Amino acid sequence: MQTTLRILRFNPETDRRPHWAEFTVEVEPTDRLLDALNQVKDTQDGTLTYRRSCAHGVCGSDAMTIDSGNRLACKTLMRDLGRRVTIEPLRGFKVIKDLVVDMDSFFDKYRLVMPYLINVGEPPPEERLQSQAERARFDMTTKCILCGCCTGACPSYWANPDYIGPAAIVQAHRFLFDSRDQGLWARLQVLNTQDGVWRCRTVFNCTLACPREIEVTKAIGEVKRLLVRSHL
Amino acid sequence: MIYTFDAVIVGAGGAGLRAALELGPLCRVAVLSKLYPTRSHTGAAQGGISAALGNSEEDSWEWHMFDTVKGGDYLVDQDAAEVLAREAIDSVYELEHWGLPFDRTPDGRIAQRPFGGHTHHFGQGPVRRSCFAADRTGHMILQTLYQQCVRHDVHFFDEYHVLDLLVEGGAVAGVTAYQVRTGEVHTFRAKAVLFATGGMGRMFRISSNAHALTGDGPAIALHHGVPLQDMEFFQFHPTGIYKMGILITEAVRGEGGILLNKDGERFMERYSPTMKDLAPRDIVSRAIYLEIREGRGIGGKDYVHLDASHLGRKVVESKIPDIADFCRTYMGIDPAVEPMLVQPTAHYAMGGIPTDVDGRVVIDEQNTAMPGFYAAGECACVSVHGANRLGTNSLVDLVVFGRRAGRNMADYVREQELPPLPAGADGPSRALVEGLLASRGPERPAAIRCELQSEMMDNVGVFRVESQIRHAVDRVRALRERHRYLSLQDRGRQFNTELLEAIELGGLLELAEVTATSALARKESRGAHSREDYPQRDDVTWLKHTLAYRTDAGVELRYKPVTITRFQPKPRTY
Repeated sequence: MQTTLRILRFNPETDRRPHWAEFTVEVEPTDRLLDALNQVKDTQDGTLTYRRSCAHGVCGSDAMTIDSGNRLACKTLMRDLGRRVTIEPLRGFKVIKDLVVDMDSFFDKYRLVMPYLINVGEPPPEERLQSQAERARFDMTTKCILCGCCTGACPSYWANPDYIGPAAIVQAHRFLFDSRDQGLWARLQVLNTQDGVWRCRTVFNCTLACPREIEVTKAIGEVKRLLVRSHL
Repeated sequence: MIYTFDAVIVGAGGAGLRAALELGPLCRVAVLSKLYPTRSHTGAAQGGISAALGNSEEDSWEWHMFDTVKGGDYLVDQDAAEVLAREAIDSVYELEHWGLPFDRTPDGRIAQRPFGGHTHHFGQGPVRRSCFAADRTGHMILQTLYQQCVRHDVHFFDEYHVLDLLVEGGAVAGVTAYQVRTGEVHTFRAKAVLFATGGMGRMFRISSNAHALTGDGPAIALHHGVPLQDMEFFQFHPTGIYKMGILITEAVRGEGGILLNKDGERFMERYSPTMKDLAPRDIVSRAIYLEIREGRGIGGKDYVHLDASHLGRKVVESKIPDIADFCRTYMGIDPAVEPMLVQPTAHYAMGGIPTDVDGRVVIDEQNTAMPGFYAAGECACVSVHGANRLGTNSLVDLVVFGRRAGRNMADYVREQELPPLPAGADGPSRALVEGLLASRGPERPAAIRCELQSEMMDNVGVFRVESQIRHAVDRVRALRERHRYLSLQDRGRQFNTELLEAIELGGLLELAEVTATSALARKESRGAHSREDYPQRDDVTWLKHTLAYRTDAGVELRYKPVTITRFQPKPRTY
């Protein structure tokens, strides 16, 4: 089937502002949007620029705004799109070139929440024990691939780029609810601030955007409640 | 710019990050990745990491070692396999201590499940050895190692693409790298360099490998007189998604899934009476090809069914949730109800840059080390996988040998002075970039890549025969020649991915020539190298490692002996 890709393009070396370009491709309904982009790059215009690696939704490279929603191009099939598809760089991020955005501040915020197990005790010679229920408590947020779809979909983040953003809170959640972790107080100093969790207005855009089906808004809510409880 | 470090690591997957954690506290180390580290393909590994913890039933590292040696069809260096099996146990506990969220047994220990080729009592039957976190074990390992690197302030250079290895007087002096965002070529001086650049599966059309897996490290090593070992051994994973190649983990079969042909017959019972669907991957992939060839593919086509519907929704959604997601997304089916459509997919290079058990690159038949040069992970060949890697052993390889390489490098850089920078160190790298940007030839990189992938898939795949491999050798050489006459459409400096793809393709073509040439020479069938014209394993002539060198005259092959300690070669049946 024939599909037209309408792509917002920007070349920092020649363009003063972004502009639209259209490409028509012949695709199978089961092709990924990434396959269609590859077809354009391979056969029509080698200058088209985007990130991609795993091509099956686990590395998080090809997050972009597809028909107004933040998604992974490799997890979006052509059969689920119309005959005209609008593709823009991931909303909420500064554009470097075409569909490539600047992820530096995103990863800076990730680092702020101390995204690693904090446990000051000497580990046992074998594994630490953890019950199946304790392990299940934080399973959802272990799935995050740091693609940026959620943060880029958040109106609070659009309004205030200093907001730590849903992805960083998801990472914090993964440790705060891990029975082996002791970093609650250290992390709450970061999360219980003006640009921490309280900028979340529970819009649910993040949950809708997540390609890993993480209930991001729910996780943020759990962190908020933990914050409140910890202050009582 | 010229940066100076004690050690430089190229590649931020499991092996690179694990090595960085050894070096970080002891010296100045930089980690270069052409992606963001969390995009590395370690994150796509699914089923588990084996270690004889014995949490669910009796197990021992000797059995793990034996399985690894037999799985590799006795081409495994047994001193290395012993290290792998012994140190796997401690390495898995270490990951748990760093927070890796393993699934748990009812008593709170790390959960384990069966996997292909892993047995108890030296082959008596399947054993639960694979430690797992649902079907996203690699994701958890990559995340956990990266988290620890963040904790220890490891210095990362994200989206820096390595171009060259700097060598001065036979010793490593650093690397050059292309900063993707700016297009600048930088020089990184170092006393030691670790290549942990991952696989090269993108030389095949149907592959489970990420687009990024183009063998950059091995291709560069080849240019500096370093041989590549056992490159004819390339693993085809039995169960890739039909036409797409996306990996469907062996854990589906570990959890009880079975392969069926068009008659609904569980055909693995015929090929492997003891292990059945949990036979090693080379055996299962060949069985699928034979079923298809004899007309028992589904609907006469080139795929078979992988059925997990009898496991029940609870097992499917809890033990293989990502697989269920892939099935829904890419096949439009529910694996708790319907069978999956699968065919073998190019998956893993057993061969690579030869190293000793401390990650030191060794460059000849006497295992002479090249000072300061290290390799670990899929781009390396220790050799623990021999002629065929067992499932889960790649993740073990990353953490065990990443750690050993890091420790050895830390000792090495403490005793060494920084080598002088070779004259014109970045000259070849700049010439490569400028040459491609200025090129005005008739060829497009994508067209050559496409032809390469089809040629390798069709003629150097699961089954091989002399005439076809010879065809591939000639064709790849012709493609290499055409690659000299490229023309790029993108002549910009910033984020020029077309330029990088052209560079990657150049390396991939060289590796394909080495793979095909090594395969043509090896006149026997062993592990993943299956010659229809030489169907038997021939230990008298061929129980030896291939070393392939690049010379002006083409690929030159030499051989070195296999290290055998505990287990003498025997016929390999399952």
